[in-house]
Amino acid sequence: MEQRLLAFYQLLKTRGLTPEQEQRILAEIGSGSDHGLLPVAVPAPRLDLYAWNDLAQLQGMGSARSHYTLHVRSLEDLLERDRQREKDGFPRKIRIGRMVRPGRGGKDKVVVVPTTVEEKLIHDRSFQEQQEEGGSAGGAGEGEQGEVIGEQKVREEAGGAPGGAGQGEGGAHDIESSAYDLGRILTEKFELPNLKEKGKKRSLTKISYELTDRNRGFGQVLEKKATLRRILQTNLALGNLPDPTNIDPTKFLIAPSDKVYRILSQEKDYDSQALVFFVRDYSGSMAGKATELVVSQHVLIYSWLLYQYNEQVESRFILHDTEAKEVPDFYSYYNSRVAGGTRVAAAYALVNQLVEKDDLAKDYNIYVFHGTDGDDWDTGSAETVPELTKMLRYVNRVGVTITEHSSPPSRNSEVELTLKRSGLLESRPDLLRLDVMGEDAEEPRLIEGIRTLIS
Amino acid sequence: MELISQHTKAIMEGCKERARAAGLRFDAESLEYVVTNRDLLELTPKAMIPTLYDYWVHDVEVLREKGRYELYPNNPYETVINTRPAISFYNDNNPDWLNVMIFYHVLAHIDFFQNNLYFRHTWDFDLAGQALADKRLIARLRSEKGRWVDYIIEFARGIDNLVGYHRELSRQHRPQATQASPRIDYYFDVFLQSERKVRPSEYMKEIALYNDCLKRDGKDVERSFFGEVLSRYPEFESFYEKSRQQHDSEPGDLLQFLLDHSPMLQRDENKWMKSVIEVVRKTSLYFQPQIRTKIMNEGWASYWHEKLFMQDERISGHEVEFARIHAGVTSLQRVGLNPYAIGLRLFQSIEEAANKGRYDERFRRLLNARDRQDYDAATNSGQATIFRVREDYCDFTFVNEFVDQDFVDRHRLFVVGKRLNEARMVWEYYVKSRSAEAYQQMLMESIYHPPAITVDRPRTASGPLYLTHRFEQRPLVKEFIGNTLIGIEYLWGGSVRLETSEVAQINRPEAKPGQSDPSPDITWRRVVYESTQRKLTKVPA
Repeated sequence: MEQRLLAFYQLLKTRGLTPEQEQRILAEIGSGSDHGLLPVAVPAPRLDLYAWNDLAQLQGMGSARSHYTLHVRSLEDLLERDRQREKDGFPRKIRIGRMVRPGRGGKDKVVVVPTTVEEKLIHDRSFQEQQEEGGSAGGAGEGEQGEVIGEQKVREEAGGAPGGAGQGEGGAHDIESSAYDLGRILTEKFELPNLKEKGKKRSLTKISYELTDRNRGFGQVLEKKATLRRILQTNLALGNLPDPTNIDPTKFLIAPSDKVYRILSQEKDYDSQALVFFVRDYSGSMAGKATELVVSQHVLIYSWLLYQYNEQVESRFILHDTEAKEVPDFYSYYNSRVAGGTRVAAAYALVNQLVEKDDLAKDYNIYVFHGTDGDDWDTGSAETVPELTKMLRYVNRVGVTITEHSSPPSRNSEVELTLKRSGLLESRPDLLRLDVMGEDAEEPRLIEGIRTLIS
Repeated sequence: MELISQHTKAIMEGCKERARAAGLRFDAESLEYVVTNRDLLELTPKAMIPTLYDYWVHDVEVLREKGRYELYPNNPYETVINTRPAISFYNDNNPDWLNVMIFYHVLAHIDFFQNNLYFRHTWDFDLAGQALADKRLIARLRSEKGRWVDYIIEFARGIDNLVGYHRELSRQHRPQATQASPRIDYYFDVFLQSERKVRPSEYMKEIALYNDCLKRDGKDVERSFFGEVLSRYPEFESFYEKSRQQHDSEPGDLLQFLLDHSPMLQRDENKWMKSVIEVVRKTSLYFQPQIRTKIMNEGWASYWHEKLFMQDERISGHEVEFARIHAGVTSLQRVGLNPYAIGLRLFQSIEEAANKGRYDERFRRLLNARDRQDYDAATNSGQATIFRVREDYCDFTFVNEFVDQDFVDRHRLFVVGKRLNEARMVWEYYVKSRSAEAYQQMLMESIYHPPAITVDRPRTASGPLYLTHRFEQRPLVKEFIGNTLIGIEYLWGGSVRLETSEVAQINRPEAKPGQSDPSPDITWRRVVYESTQRKLTKVPA
């Protein structure tokens, strides 16, 4: 890993780098982490005076958690209430889509937590913290004045779990719903645009005949093992099997209904309509909120497409640092740790390669969504633009989301510059969209971003 | 929810006897319930009051990252609530010895609720009963007015952290008997000192004059005294009238002001809104003292559960298990603030110091360090002192008075700082200071403190409702201003302005290597937010 990065760095260096770029690249190389799956998040120590309470301290009763089925109805109710609010002239209050990390297994399950906030005029504590470089807390024990007693990584501060909007201890009232429902809610609530028909015929199903069903009594192919099992059952029931250690098959009584066959049957085959490539930069610079935002947005986009295409959506997940790789499921996509350098062209090349190899362009509407912090070691954009141009020949939409870091303050990022310089944004506005948001964007901004990317 | 078993209740009654013998004072009745996870789900959004009014936000997960405790100034998940009789909640599988410990803890809390003067306004009625009546009222209104009831609750809750708790308290505590004539009070306390700024000798002469009149005329003192006063200060009467008017018109708090003066709420068809707002205001006032006594309350309860548990002969043999739980609750953290630990240690050190007579005048006069160190007058007044402290103090005064260098040194406390190490891109936690002053300051800053926002009456008289946020070196949470003002605008029935301070510029001086960062230089500016027709605008003040 290190070797590979260093080699790439040397190559770039011979092409010429500004000192600033060089510094950034070296910082990513030096971070020395790797892409593993994230460990389970450890709750941060309680610094706050009022976070302590008798039930937890004395009786070990944590905050109450409910099962989602208790609240399934309430999401609908809440959204209805919200619509009414708008009619009455008050701002909406319900926010949804705070995602909880999907577990392994449940493929299209996301957890939607409807949330709200009761606004009041209160002092801004975060201000105090910024002012004092992260605020001060109480402590006890040994240590000279000025002595460092512990440290914490800067960008992983958000619960130490990039990618997971951690629920923390206070979490409750989860509503688990399928991504399809989330898509429906997004479309209705946020008035996300519906997709235009592309003129292609939308055949949802095709019917094929397969020898998959079983039938007793008649059929095309005899299932020998299953038949024998049934015969044994019948004979046991009849008492026709006096000695289990010494079985004589010729004495078996065989009823016609004991014969199990495979039978030719109709199978509905769903045609996939859309194929989505989710591409995520998981280089070292993406640590913290940047990743969280990108992944949350990708869940939302996925849900929306799923609804639009009536569940006929296939998705492929691609992670890239200086090299790109495909991962099998959303879980790995969501939970892979960030590390390494950045080369956007690698990811685009992999998408092109996959599409070409499987000849996907013929059968699918193809969407590519790329989330990044805008970093790219390949400053000359010598490789990125050609790959992107190639991609634009077959896709329905490429949406690039850039989450700019707030510290150090954002500049026009490399990817943004590349796209702007290439002129593709102007020449193919129907195919290529770019959305730049700050690292601290919240949910409404995310959804606004989706609108930019897909409308 | 069901009551605890008879067996467990008998244990509780035994605890009550022992606690009373030790000097705690509380009502004879109490209610103990076993709660399940399901019960907690319903109770926690309602601040553990089973009979609190229904509100849809209680069914939704509320975002709390920003200012959790500023938004909800009550202690959630508390085991015992301040009702009459006091209600407490238990896990159904606690072993008996653990219940004994919790019972003592709970009884000390009840003692605190029923004796600490900051709870004075909660003593005269039963919250659970009151809340039930309010809940029925709101349910009835909801059946008539529908969703508008929820809007009113929402808007009233938006400003329920601005209730005038201390004003309410001061009204409660004003002793009736010593109330002299307001005219005399004004003359000696305000007029002579602030308006005329007389010299002390003249002031003493005035007092002597008053005493003469009192001797001579008895009950008619006021007439004869002010007869003489008016000859010297003919302007006195008009000054007095002016101050009285000013005093009368001072609004209790924003909610009270809206109730009394909002043109919208005075309309006949909107009268019902007032009762809803009144419910929200009362409920908020009720919870104010809880969050203001967190350190004391938990410290007091921890002090007593430790003391009484160890003396209780019924549970001997469980000392080790007790020690484990007790240490978990009251140990000082390496980093973090544990109110149980700090409160307990403060009470213990107060008791110890008082036992040695260190709060006496004689000790205070000692200057010699060695004499101070060895001072022990053996007054044995520790118990009496901590009982007095539990009656008269709140967290602020408690921390302000009793956190001193001895305390900080003895428990090796320090303030933790957090700084950025840019070379390694990590936050470093370091020992920032071990001085009592810094530690006290840090505690003060962690204590609940809502913004002081008042109605500016003169400006309101000539335009929109004008609110002023007193500048305390802290800005408000910006995202919340818009929606809160929309709510106030609705309740007021017209435009609303809020004057507050915002950061104009921060200059961060370069840090010298190896030293902690110097505090940044902040320039503030006053701005006015205005909400008109539910649109928010901002202009410089």
